Amino acid sequence: MSKETKYVIIGGGVAGLGAIEGIREVDKEGEITLVTMEAYPPYSRPGISYWLYGKLDDTTMPLRDDSFYSNLGVTLMTDCEATSIDTKAGTIKTKGGKDIPFDRLLIATGGSPILPPIDGAEGLDMVFSFTTYKDAREIGKKRDKIKRAVVVGGGLIGLKAAEALNNIGVKVTVLELMDRILSLAFDKTAGDLVAKGLVEAGIEIITEDTAQKVVSDGGKIMEIVLRSGKSVEADALILAIGVRPRVELAGGAGIDVGRGILVDERLMTNIKDIYAAGDASEAYDIIYRERRVTPILPNAYGQGKQAGRNMAGTDEPYEGGLSMNAIGFYGLDTISIGLVDPPENGGYDVLVRLDKENNIYRKLVTKEGRLFGAVLVGEVERAGIFASLIRDGVSIAGLEETMLSGEFGHVHMDRDLRVKRLERR
Amino acid sequence: MRYVVANEDVCIGCRLCEIACVVEHSKTKDIVKAYKFEEKRELPRSHVEEVGPVSLSITCRHCDDPRCVAACITGAMRKGEDGRVTVDIEKCVGCWSCVMACPYGSVGMDKEDRKSVKCDLCGDREIPACVEACPNRALIVVEEEVG
Ligand SMILES: Cc1cc2nc3c(=O)[nH]c(=O)nc-3n(C[C@H](O)[C@H](O)[C@H](O)COP(=O)(O)OP(=O)(O)OC[C@H]3O[C@@H](n4cnc5c(N)ncnc54)[C@H](O)[C@@H]3O)c2cc1C
Ligand code: SF4
Ligand code: SF4
Repeated sequence: MSKETKYVIIGGGVAGLGAIEGIREVDKEGEITLVTMEAYPPYSRPGISYWLYGKLDDTTMPLRDDSFYSNLGVTLMTDCEATSIDTKAGTIKTKGGKDIPFDRLLIATGGSPILPPIDGAEGLDMVFSFTTYKDAREIGKKRDKIKRAVVVGGGLIGLKAAEALNNIGVKVTVLELMDRILSLAFDKTAGDLVAKGLVEAGIEIITEDTAQKVVSDGGKIMEIVLRSGKSVEADALILAIGVRPRVELAGGAGIDVGRGILVDERLMTNIKDIYAAGDASEAYDIIYRERRVTPILPNAYGQGKQAGRNMAGTDEPYEGGLSMNAIGFYGLDTISIGLVDPPENGGYDVLVRLDKENNIYRKLVTKEGRLFGAVLVGEVERAGIFASLIRDGVSIAGLEETMLSGEFGHVHMDRDLRVKRLERR
Repeated sequence: MRYVVANEDVCIGCRLCEIACVVEHSKTKDIVKAYKFEEKRELPRSHVEEVGPVSLSITCRHCDDPRCVAACITGAMRKGEDGRVTVDIEKCVGCWSCVMACPYGSVGMDKEDRKSVKCDLCGDREIPACVEACPNRALIVVEEEVG
């Protein structure tokens, strides 16, 4: 009998979890070890805001039950940081000094929060980032001491932090450097509709400004001075301007790194048998037709799963990432998929329907009869059909009008297209 | 793998499948109580799309590589060993990532409770309620070997 393949996964996020599932689809026997420096088995990272206001709790945060890992024969090493990779010897070293050998390795180290330098913020215990369970727990522990908070960053993570804090009775001010919130994933109209809802819910949003200085007294935050000179009273500061791929471990081992860890169409790095997936990596994107960092959960899971399958011997290309975001603040459902702000001279057509009074907005970005992007606000039913049409690049010519209406479904397509799209894939 | 599909040529758009689904997923499994007296009326897990002469009932394909599961931010959406894709409503936070991901438009939204709702193939039932209720046999259960 041949020896069992040893799989090692660095990083217990959703990409690491996807890899376990991908490996086990193909190889039921090989040894799988998951090494993660957090104290918890894979949990819902986007869930931390829901945890903070009590919609999720410690029993519902884990992505899978404990039995999932034991049933699949996975060795889980939590609180265990990988400090180096020896690509020649085929081992990783952990902080405790232990060597773990691998035949196939996945690097799924995710992203680390970008911490902007702010005068006077260093060393204060009421300055937080908002990307881990631990961050949420720290804030939760000190919640009685937080009456007013300033959140730096009006992207998805910052707004999720703001929503959670607002829901637990904290007065929140969000600072955004751009002229609008959610500028990465959504267009201006959608961002403005979301902003309106947040303001109505009691959250203050200040755009084109950011935190410059923290004024504190005996370690206690008093106020945050903004770049404009304004100041905002606060007793906590949340830094949430985004994450950057955590590539140091890979880079240090001689693995090719751009913005993220570079992978080929099979999600393998330049070193044989070493793969990368998730927020840490730069994998093929179907809209941009090049490698790109797209730090969203569906891509991380999908890459992890395909990398896992390929590590176990399936030799199939990754289908490619597609950026998509679903957010719902205070009952306003908002989804963006693909290209939402096309370049002006790119030959794209933009179609919109805006009903401001009812908070309904739809936007389609098309080119040569194909769909490249969609924004849906207020009416998001069956949004996945849009994602699927973008992914498959099929012609939507003639369907635009119905797609702008909230009713759009398969029944509007002509029969051939419908039958094809309803086949089980 | 099991799933339910519709033959649009014989679907008459009567929506009895939706009604049967609501009743099957109600507490009492009694049509009058399910629609009139239960605290909350369940939502149908399948939906009938209709325009002019074309109508068809669309429900979850219980995909081999389900996009709803890949997109679910909390792990509420899962594919079981029996192949069924179901949602654990304790874990669901109503973010609609699954709605954004399903190519068939098969995840329903309970906006009141902010929970997703989808076909679970009716638990232990031999024949799903919608299939049984269809007067014109437009709905059929497909059984496929799991690869
Ligand atoms: C508050 C918040 C809300 C979000 N909401 C959404 C959303 O609604 N939709 C969406 O699509 N995405 C959302 N995201 C983004 C999403 O969470 C990420 O895209 C996803 O978690 C990426 O998964 P990953 O496995 O690649 O990386 P991660 O989840 O970052 O996991 C990487 C893991 O690797 C560990 N690790 C790193 N280096 C080492 C090492 N050297 N040794 C051991 N372990 C290591 C890290 O500690 C971490 O546990 C959100 C993120 C945040 C923070
Ligand atoms: S809900 Fe949609 S994506 Fe999920 S299994 Fe069913 S058909 Fe597939
Ligand atoms: S709505 Fe519920 S099931 Fe769907 S992705 Fe969000 S948490 Fe998962």
